[in-house]
Amino acid sequence: MSTARPILDVRSLTKRFQGLVAVDTVSIALAEHEIVGLIGPNGSGKTTLVNMISGTLAPDGGEVWFEGTRVDRLAPFRRAHLGIARTFQVMKPFPELSVLENVTVGALFGYGGGERSRTKARELAASLIEFTGLARHMDQHADSLGGPDRKRLELAKALALKPKLLLLDEVMAGLNAVEVDEVVELIKKIRSQNVTILVIEHVIKAIRSLSDRIVVLNHGEKIAEGDPSTVLANPQVIEAYLGKRRA
Amino acid sequence: MTEPLLSIAGMSAGYGAVPVLFDVDMTVNAGEIVTLVGSNGAGKTTLLRAISRVIRGVGGHLRFDGIDLLPHSPEDVFARGIVQVPEGRQLFGEMTVEENLLMGTYRRHDKTGIRDSFEQVYALFPVLKERRRQLAGNMSGGEQQMCAMGRALMAAPRLLIVDEMSLGLAPVIVDQLLSILSDIRSRGMTILLVEQDVFAAFSIADRGYVMETGRIVREGPVSELKNDPSVREAYLGVDAH
Repeated sequence: MSTARPILDVRSLTKRFQGLVAVDTVSIALAEHEIVGLIGPNGSGKTTLVNMISGTLAPDGGEVWFEGTRVDRLAPFRRAHLGIARTFQVMKPFPELSVLENVTVGALFGYGGGERSRTKARELAASLIEFTGLARHMDQHADSLGGPDRKRLELAKALALKPKLLLLDEVMAGLNAVEVDEVVELIKKIRSQNVTILVIEHVIKAIRSLSDRIVVLNHGEKIAEGDPSTVLANPQVIEAYLGKRRA
Repeated sequence: MTEPLLSIAGMSAGYGAVPVLFDVDMTVNAGEIVTLVGSNGAGKTTLLRAISRVIRGVGGHLRFDGIDLLPHSPEDVFARGIVQVPEGRQLFGEMTVEENLLMGTYRRHDKTGIRDSFEQVYALFPVLKERRRQLAGNMSGGEQQMCAMGRALMAAPRLLIVDEMSLGLAPVIVDQLLSILSDIRSRGMTILLVEQDVFAAFSIADRGYVMETGRIVREGPVSELKNDPSVREAYLGVDAH
């Protein structure tokens, strides 16, 4: 495993917004089936990094390699076809479509170009809605869902792309401790289905129990990387991110 | 004993034919930090809407500072000093930080008082002073939360209601905001804190209420709630950190 090529290889990625360097020569490699936690203060560049991996932002420098292919010039939908899926912090379901229809859309445009058959796409969507615990909302309009259920829908939509790499941007924000535990279990199950996962989260309990490794950004720079217990005990990480109360 | 600043008794409320709150009792005394916790969908936001008089058809009693609030309009409730920091900040993203803060004062006419409030807010949140000419929408989540709290303070509240302050914020920022809230309270402010992060809320509150499916199911000093097995299991998670 250690000699295997990483599934995702982010090399010296940089993004500037006017004068501000939002992401500064950051390199991260994810091994297949790994869960890597990405943490850092608000404004440290986590979402910008995910945007450059998924293709919603073009980098100003550096490269993104996925399964041995350079992807940083590819449109987001091309990357989705290759197997990269992500969730959005600010959720944007199709509000007038039902939960089932929203997830079916994902199934029609995912890995390898998506399902050709609408029936199959709908079956896949229904099974993912079941999996994410949304079954009783299947036929509701997406905009009638409450916050936590919207997060689940966001997850189901991303899974419908049949990703090999899943980028999760704060899917646990606003959930209580018990709901967080449920989503942690869900993410562990997703990993057991051979998906590699990069997870941005402020819920430290979840990050600690999920991550094989943690990467910490501060002011766009990687300031720490390693196993959870080492990284979360790192004085620089406590100073910049965790705070003393939780250390 | 003096009357609580805010008292709610036997309150029921809902949306049309759908009842959400049932027989809710709650008090907030002047100078206290009281926290309201509960799962998503428990009815916390509905209770806040009932207090601020945004939803009508509320049953029971709602008193603030010795008067019956039920007949009053949301504008009136605000003018009387119940001010909310809404969930998700709800800033005016295309306006500057300073303009957002000024929006908090639109019911005020005391120019010197407003100037003092600016000074106090800038002293509590120095970053807002540094960024006062920046568009609020371009700031980080933590800075936006500070701006939303500053905007509420600019209204010179008597009861500050803070809804889901910690949402999407780094732990170190949450800690910073909690200590600022404690600081604001030590200057005499009364605070009702509605939080998903029960640990955070319990770390600064005096008393707490636990809401489930529209009812208050537990209440008491935070020191007791923290050790209540049912609260621990339901809200702190089994392997509470």
